[in-house]
Amino acid sequence: MDILTFFLGADGARMLVGLIGVIALVAVNALFLIWLERKVSAHIQLRPGPMEVGWHGALQTIADALKLIGKELITPEDADKIVYLLAPIIIFLPVLVSFLVIPFSPTLIIKDLNVGILLIFAFSTLSVLAILMAGWSSNNKYSVFGAFRSVAQNIAYEIPLLITVMSIILMVGSFRLTDIVAAQSGLWFALLQPVAFILFVICATAETNRAPFDIPEAESELVAGFHTEYSGMRFAIFFLAEYTNMFIVSAVGTVLFLGGWHGPFFPPVVWFLLKVYFIIFLMMWFRWTFPRLRFDQLITFAWKVLIPVGIVNLLATALVIKLV
Amino acid sequence: MVAFVKEVLEGFWSLIAGLGVTIRYFVKPIVTVQYPRQKLTMSPRYRGHTEFVIDPETGTHRCIACEMCSRTCPSSLITLTGVKVKGTKSKRATSYVIDYSLCSLCGLCVEVCPTSALKFSEEYRLSGYSRQEMVIDILERLQSQQRTLGLAVEVPPVAEPESEPGKPEKPGKEEASA
Repeated sequence: MDILTFFLGADGARMLVGLIGVIALVAVNALFLIWLERKVSAHIQLRPGPMEVGWHGALQTIADALKLIGKELITPEDADKIVYLLAPIIIFLPVLVSFLVIPFSPTLIIKDLNVGILLIFAFSTLSVLAILMAGWSSNNKYSVFGAFRSVAQNIAYEIPLLITVMSIILMVGSFRLTDIVAAQSGLWFALLQPVAFILFVICATAETNRAPFDIPEAESELVAGFHTEYSGMRFAIFFLAEYTNMFIVSAVGTVLFLGGWHGPFFPPVVWFLLKVYFIIFLMMWFRWTFPRLRFDQLITFAWKVLIPVGIVNLLATALVIKLV
Repeated sequence: MVAFVKEVLEGFWSLIAGLGVTIRYFVKPIVTVQYPRQKLTMSPRYRGHTEFVIDPETGTHRCIACEMCSRTCPSSLITLTGVKVKGTKSKRATSYVIDYSLCSLCGLCVEVCPTSALKFSEEYRLSGYSRQEMVIDILERLQSQQRTLGLAVEVPPVAEPESEPGKPEKPGKEEASA
């Protein structure tokens, strides 16, 4: 530890250790989430899900990962090679950066930036660029359609997301995530602003391209959307990025609405993870309940319903803050 | 304006109702029967391949080797042999083999049997690596069933020795009539 501190400075050492921890978390999280998704979807459909590999299919994800590693990496003939190879990397990086500011517990935070929330939302928009790169460089019209739709969807849903977050920031008065968590020691913001919470969950589901907003990867419509042409481990990275993005977005939701790591009996980390996985369970629940929205319905929903409701909520919050 | 708000609220309520439906399904027990660790019981009318009926009085099969079943089978998959039993007027089967890979479970053999010797079994656990494994010896199946039930195991009767060639048959002898 001392050698690290000598070479990198206290901050740098903290970041390196944090990076290693984050990578471990990402791997374990993906492992767990993929298994959870299959089990949740199975039980909603009255079937058992994976049962063979390990206790109740717990090792199924590892088996799938091994299978994906063994697959041939195909690059389409006229694909833009550099862009094609960069896209999976670029979709993954913003997610890793967002982990910098997430407060897992009062002490477990890699860097307590005073613009924490801003950092997360700034970087999450980069993943839209990566989707566009993936779709365009695949030299495949279906991928391009998937990419275009995804960009339109992400832009449309970014706005109500930010408006909702603004109403919370107004209440707290700071972008720093630890401040937001500290402000909820009494009452969770989800109870103070239920409309904002609902709006946030809907927009979060849309931002991560999850059903019912999963037109970009519409499994039954566009083959696999923007990642049609990716095989083997490259596809696995897109998959990994999606599940990690779900974690990030749920972590932000937990911090903003569900009181972060506050909780009575267990250690704070446990509470934080419980709340994160609760929101993730909500997202999985949505997937197997609602039919997929058609693309124009998706955009209409964002512009005509979510943004007005978000703005009304923001105005109401501002009014209450002014009066109280 | 009011219509818009009403539509949003109604739509939102329908979403919640949908979520309620799925969460109710989530907590219900699964309906999958996880074969081979759990097995299904077939209904009495299930049509597996044919097998011999075990007659409650004699404890063995009733087949008289009349060959009506093999003649009526549209796929000609039944092969059976029989001999006349010494001391009685009737014949008895000595071997009964079906090629199940051709069987369409039409049930004509069961229907046409004059002694109702055949019935459908409840056998569904059939798998093999070759077509030859689909050839089922029904008599052998009966024998193993008798062993399981503790009944006397059927011994196929042997053929009567043929009369010496050249010697004319005496009239009145019990020869197999038509």
